[in-house]
Amino acid sequence: MIAILKYNAGNSASVKNAVERLGFSCSITNDHDALKNASKVIFPGVGSANTAMSFLKGKGLDQVIVALKQPVLGICLGQQLLCTYSDEGDTDCLGVFNTQVKKFPPNDRVPHMGWNTVTIKDSHPLFENVSALEDVYFVHSYYCELSNYTIASCEYITTFSAAMQKDNFYATQFHPEKSASVGEKILNNFLQL
Amino acid sequence: MLKKRIIPCLDIKDGRTVKGIKFLDIQDAGDPVVLAKRYVQEGADELVFLDITATQEKRKTWVALVARIAKEINIPFTVGGGINSVEDAKRLIDAGADKISINSAAIKNPSLISELAIELGSQCVVVAIDIKMENEEWFVFISGGQIATGIKALEWAKQAAFLGAGELLITSMNNDGTKNGFALPILDAISKSVPIPVIASGGAGTQEHFKDLFAQTQVSAALAASVFHFSEISIPVLKNYLKTQHIPIR
Repeated sequence: MIAILKYNAGNSASVKNAVERLGFSCSITNDHDALKNASKVIFPGVGSANTAMSFLKGKGLDQVIVALKQPVLGICLGQQLLCTYSDEGDTDCLGVFNTQVKKFPPNDRVPHMGWNTVTIKDSHPLFENVSALEDVYFVHSYYCELSNYTIASCEYITTFSAAMQKDNFYATQFHPEKSASVGEKILNNFLQL
Repeated sequence: MLKKRIIPCLDIKDGRTVKGIKFLDIQDAGDPVVLAKRYVQEGADELVFLDITATQEKRKTWVALVARIAKEINIPFTVGGGINSVEDAKRLIDAGADKISINSAAIKNPSLISELAIELGSQCVVVAIDIKMENEEWFVFISGGQIATGIKALEWAKQAAFLGAGELLITSMNNDGTKNGFALPILDAISKSVPIPVIASGGAGTQEHFKDLFAQTQVSAALAASVFHFSEISIPVLKNYLKTQHIPIR
């Protein structure tokens, strides 16, 4: 079973719809055992870092997430919460990725909203059959700095991590569930891991 | 590079798309989901569904329709029409809409913009503004353009952004339906005055109108209804044309 983390910063329904369109069944849950026993865990998110972290800590989910052994996919705020620290609300996050989340300087319109090109660094299982330069859909005001974990980058105001990976943790700043057929390919690649 | 967005708008009445639709190969273009999927295939960057159902009674099916759209559509979509409270908006977001748009309700109660931004996040909140030029000055109109507010367009646009709107949808009533092009000067003025994306609407008639909009203003997206519904402009042809004109397009 594929588990989609249920918490207070969700676009969980959109992710569930996308997973089901690909022919997989999934459930939206924050039950500790259901998450631990899932074949894959998706950690979605639209919302603010501090309220999301408070919720996760309140339910003991912070401990559960970092200890997961199966493939985990953080999306948007999910990616940011997997980092060590976010400028948004001066928030200590989960610390899977040893990198920080910064606010975009106001040199251009914020949020960064719309379709932008991702540059894929090397051939990576998450981007199998995805060409090196594809447009995907972003909506965010904070970004993950480039790091050793970066597997795809994007340029808007600065160059930032569009996707990251460390061990069994995968993450995208963009929304694969809203990125038309390219997004479906990426989500399907994750589900096939 | 961030791309300029092309957004078809579907007017929905009693759960069905309105305006005559000329897609010969579509069995039921009156079904919003069928038409929406067609637009997605053609390369639409986002969709807007506007509920123009007259009464709340008849609007009961709207949330169920939004949920059905969310199940089928793999690009972002905005829903608008009849949203007067955070509760109205939450029902639609929970049904799977990515953004909601508010118009008259925001003028009547500007703090609704802030409440929605706090509750749902600014990225979900589109403030739609209908504007009309009178005596060389652009003003805001509400209730489908029937009621003059006396509020200057530029001032309201700035205030809406300040209150927490994530995006503005500006429709020029002078241009809407004319097919003579977008209201470039005011769209340029508004887009330069706010730090958030602006969607331009009203006046699209030819491919060149879209090029002029993106080349001459800082707007982020163009919305149109009839030119797409009547197949006067095909989205793939439009997008290819804009690429040849060096407009950043997906």
